[in-house]
Amino acid sequence: MESVGVVIVSHSPKVAEGAADMVRQMVGEEVPLAWTGGNPSGGLGTDVGQIMSAIDRAWSDAGVVVLVDLGGAETNSEMAIEMLSDDRRGKVLICNAPVVEGAVVAATEAAGGSSVDTVRQTAEEYSAR
Amino acid sequence: MNNGTATETAATDAILIEHEVGLHARPSVKLTKLAKTFASKIELGLSKDGPWIDAKSIVKVMAFKAAKGSTLHFRAHGGDATQAVAALVDLVRRDFDESHNGG
Repeated sequence: MESVGVVIVSHSPKVAEGAADMVRQMVGEEVPLAWTGGNPSGGLGTDVGQIMSAIDRAWSDAGVVVLVDLGGAETNSEMAIEMLSDDRRGKVLICNAPVVEGAVVAATEAAGGSSVDTVRQTAEEYSAR
Repeated sequence: MNNGTATETAATDAILIEHEVGLHARPSVKLTKLAKTFASKIELGLSKDGPWIDAKSIVKVMAFKAAKGSTLHFRAHGGDATQAVAALVDLVRRDFDESHNGG
């Protein structure tokens, strides 16, 4: 089965893209990965539609984990997940983990073929250590 | 070393870390990913008597912080224990396939 996908959501597109670069360089290409950041007018922020699109780009039938930075990134990600189709909604989990470190750790776990629950658990274990 | 039966084997080996920055983030990811490709239980430690950590746990390997000049000890139990330890030792011997540019 395809490995779990990873979505990075930051208020800053540079942070999101940089975190995605770290995942690609440190973990590799085998994990579905997408990032989004910034609001549609080019400022700092997050956007529900763009988060939904990122989830779609990183989609895996094994599920997707979402790494978020501050406040609105999390609430908008929750809203984006709510708006997914019924068959996808339950497979997308937000991780309570730092966005950069969590993305690398989650992708490493995902590359090993772990379930979406285990991938989230590993990212959260990193933040709780 | 191989002291097990056909189905269940135990293997151990050790290797000096020559990598400039030690077992830092990128090598930790490589080591964990490689360990996860084997079915055996695989552990690593800084001495032959442990303490041992799970080599398949990226969180534990990241927190392990083995410096350059320390010796990594591997031990594995399971059907592919011998191959697992040999592959991991080889990864460290190849310096994690990295040039010494930090990171």
